[in-house]
Amino acid sequence: MNLFWTSWTNKHCVVLLTFGVVVGFVCPASAFTAYVSNEKSNTVSVVDTEKMETVKTIKVGQRPRGIELTKDNKYCLVAVGDDDTIQVIDTKSGEVIANLPSGPDPELFILSPNGSLLYVANENGNTVTIIDMEKRVRLGEVQVGVEPEGMGISPDGKILVNTSETTNMAHFIDTDARKIVANVLVDSRPRFATFKSGGSELWVSSEVGGTVSIIDPVKYQVIKKINFAIPGLRSEAIQPVGINITKDGKTGFVALGPANRVAVIDAVTHEVKKYLLVGQRVWHMSFTPDEKYLLTTNGLSNDVSVIDVASLKVIKSIPVGELPWGVAITKQ
Amino acid sequence: MNNIKGELVGNNALIRFAVLALAIVLGLNLAARAQDTLDIKIGYLRRAHHQETISLVQMPPPDTGLAGAQMAVKDNDTTGRFLNQRYSLIDWHLKADDDPATAVSELARQGISLIVADLPADDLLKAADAGTANRMLFFNAAAIDDRLRQKDCRANIIHTAPSRAMLADGLAQYLVWKKWVRWFLVVGSHERDKLFAAALTRAANRFGVKIVLEREFKDTGGARRTDSGVVQTQQQMPVFTQEVPSYDVLVVADESEVFANNLPYRTWDPRPVAGSAGLVPTSWDASNNLWGGIQMQDRFIAQFKRLMTSLDMQAWTAVRMIGEAASRQNSADPKIILDFLKGPQLALGAFKGQKLTLRDWDLQLRQPILLTDGRTIVSVSPQLGFLHQFSELDTLGYDRPETQCKLQQ
Repeated sequence: MNLFWTSWTNKHCVVLLTFGVVVGFVCPASAFTAYVSNEKSNTVSVVDTEKMETVKTIKVGQRPRGIELTKDNKYCLVAVGDDDTIQVIDTKSGEVIANLPSGPDPELFILSPNGSLLYVANENGNTVTIIDMEKRVRLGEVQVGVEPEGMGISPDGKILVNTSETTNMAHFIDTDARKIVANVLVDSRPRFATFKSGGSELWVSSEVGGTVSIIDPVKYQVIKKINFAIPGLRSEAIQPVGINITKDGKTGFVALGPANRVAVIDAVTHEVKKYLLVGQRVWHMSFTPDEKYLLTTNGLSNDVSVIDVASLKVIKSIPVGELPWGVAITKQ
Repeated sequence: MNNIKGELVGNNALIRFAVLALAIVLGLNLAARAQDTLDIKIGYLRRAHHQETISLVQMPPPDTGLAGAQMAVKDNDTTGRFLNQRYSLIDWHLKADDDPATAVSELARQGISLIVADLPADDLLKAADAGTANRMLFFNAAAIDDRLRQKDCRANIIHTAPSRAMLADGLAQYLVWKKWVRWFLVVGSHERDKLFAAALTRAANRFGVKIVLEREFKDTGGARRTDSGVVQTQQQMPVFTQEVPSYDVLVVADESEVFANNLPYRTWDPRPVAGSAGLVPTSWDASNNLWGGIQMQDRFIAQFKRLMTSLDMQAWTAVRMIGEAASRQNSADPKIILDFLKGPQLALGAFKGQKLTLRDWDLQLRQPILLTDGRTIVSVSPQLGFLHQFSELDTLGYDRPETQCKLQQ
C-alpha cells in the first residue's frame, strides 16, 4: 500500500511513503513563467521554464526594454521607450490592458517593496518619475543626473538608487522626502544598481568603465571595485550591465555584454570565480524563484541562456524574439 | 589655595576660550570650504570657416561645434551640481586678421587654461605654442590633419577630431570587408583633397586594395548650386567617369565640396561611391542612434533645434573629457587634467559602444569611425577581423610603431 503525502517543505513535491517509510520523492521540475522583452521585435516572449521553450508571444508597443512583474504576479510591466509609456500586461490573458504615465522614454524601473509605487528612470528628462500603482497616476518626479538609467531600492524601501549614465553617479534618493541625500561617483556609464538582500551592499555596474562598484549604502562610499579580465578578449568588449545576487548573499552574477559571458562573483570576497559563456551581447538576467536557474537575455543571438545555478553550467539556449533585452520571472 | 583655585579657574576659562575660538575658526573654515565652488572655465577658440556645400541640407550651421561644447558644459554642470563644480564656456571668435597667439594670451589673462579649438592646423599650432608659457591645454576638435599627430604634434594638444588616416582606414576596412577591393580614386584639385587622397592611398596599401586608376577633377570655379545645374551634372559626370579599367567602387576625395556629391547615380558604370560622398566616414552623424546615441540626439535637438554635426560631437567630447577629469580629480589644473586623460583611468563614454581612451604617443582619442550614407549608419569600423595586439581601435590611423610624433614636455 502506497500513501501519497504532500510534503510541508514544498507543495509541488510529493513524498512517496510505504507503510510510513519514506521511499522516494516525486518532484516535477519547477514550472515558472519568464517574460522576455524583445527590443527589436516589439514583443514579449513568454517562456515556460520547465519546458524551456517559448510558449507565447505578446505584441507590445515600440522598443520594449525594462520588464518587471507586479508583486502579486498579476501584471507584467514593460517599458516601451519609443511610445513614452510603460504597458501593463495581464499575465492571465496575455493582453495589454493599460498604459502607465511613465514620463518620456522609460527604460528601467523598479517597484517599491510593497508594490504600491513604481519608480521610473526617464533617460531623456534627467528625472525619476514616481507612479502610484493602484491609481495608475503620476505622483511626482525627482531631478537627477544626465541620462538616468539603473534603479535599485533598499529592502526597506527607504532609499532609492538611480544611476545616471553621463553623470557617472549613483544618486541616493530618500523615498519619503523624494530628495537626493547623497551622490557617489562610479566608473563610466553606470547601467544597473541592485542591493544585496540584506541591504548591506549596493552593487553598481559601469558599462563603459568595465567595472562593478560595491558601495557601502550607509557611508556612501565605494568599498571595492570588481574588475574583469578574460584571456583573448580586448578590454573594450567587457561591458558589465545586469547584476543578480542570490538571496543568501553568497554569489553574484554579472552580465558582461559583448564579452558574451556572465561573471560569477563570490559575493562575500568580491572575487571573480568563473566566467560562463552564454549568447551574444548578454544584457539582463533573472533567477527562477527557487534560484535553481538564472536566465540571461542575449541581444545579438536572439536567445535566452539558462544557467544552472548549483553547477554553474549553461545548460540550454531558448530562442526568443529579436534583440532580447530584459527578463522577469513569475513566482508561481 | 584660593590662588591655586583661581589659577585653575583661569586656566579653564582660557582653555574653554581657546577651544571655542578653535571651533569657530574650524567651523568657518568648513563652512567656507562647503561654499567653495570649483570654477572650471573653458575657452572655445574658433575662426569662421565658410564652407560651401553642394547639398543644401549639408550647409554647416553657424554655431556648428560651439553648440556641442555648450551642451557638454550643461552636461558637466548637471554633474557639477552634485560635486560643487561650476563649468562655463567663453566663446572667442577670431576675425579674419586676428592672431590666434594674441587671443590665447588674452584668454590666459582671464584665467582660462583649458581651450577647445575649432581652428585650421597652422592657427592651432600658433595658439598652442603661445599657450605653453601659461601651461595651457588645448583640445583640437576640428583639424583632421595627420601632421598634427605626426611631426607637428604637441604635448599640449589633445585631438578629439579623428585624423584623415583614421577616417580613410575606417572606410577602407569596410570596403575590404565587402570585397570591393578595386578602387577608382577621384581626387579634387585643392590641397586638402590631395591630403585625403593620400590617406586613402595609404589605407589601400595597408589593407590590400588596388587603385585601378586615379583621376583629378579640376575645380574651375563657379557656384556649387544653380537653378538648372542638375541638367548639366547629369551629362558631365558620366562622361567624366568613362574609360576606367574594371573597378568595384568609386572612392572620391573632395573635402572642398566641389563635385563629389554629384557623382552618386551618375557614374558611367553602375558603381557605388564612397569617401567624400556616398558612403562617408565620420565621427558622428545626426542619424546615429546606436549605443544610446538617440538620447544624445534628442537632447541636442531639444536645446538647439537642429541636427547634430560631427564637429558638434568632437567639441562635446572635448568638453566632456575636461568634465570627466575634473570630476574625478576635483581640479581644473591643466597638468592634472592632462595626466588623468593620458592615464589608464580614462574610460570615456561617448555613445560609441565602448570606452574611449587616448593614445599616449600622439594624444589622439581612440574612437570607432561611423560610416554613413547621410540617412542611416551603414557600418562602424574597426571591422571584424582587423586585429590588433592591444586595441582594435589602433588599426585606425597611425599606430605606435609608425608614429613620427615626439612629444616635448
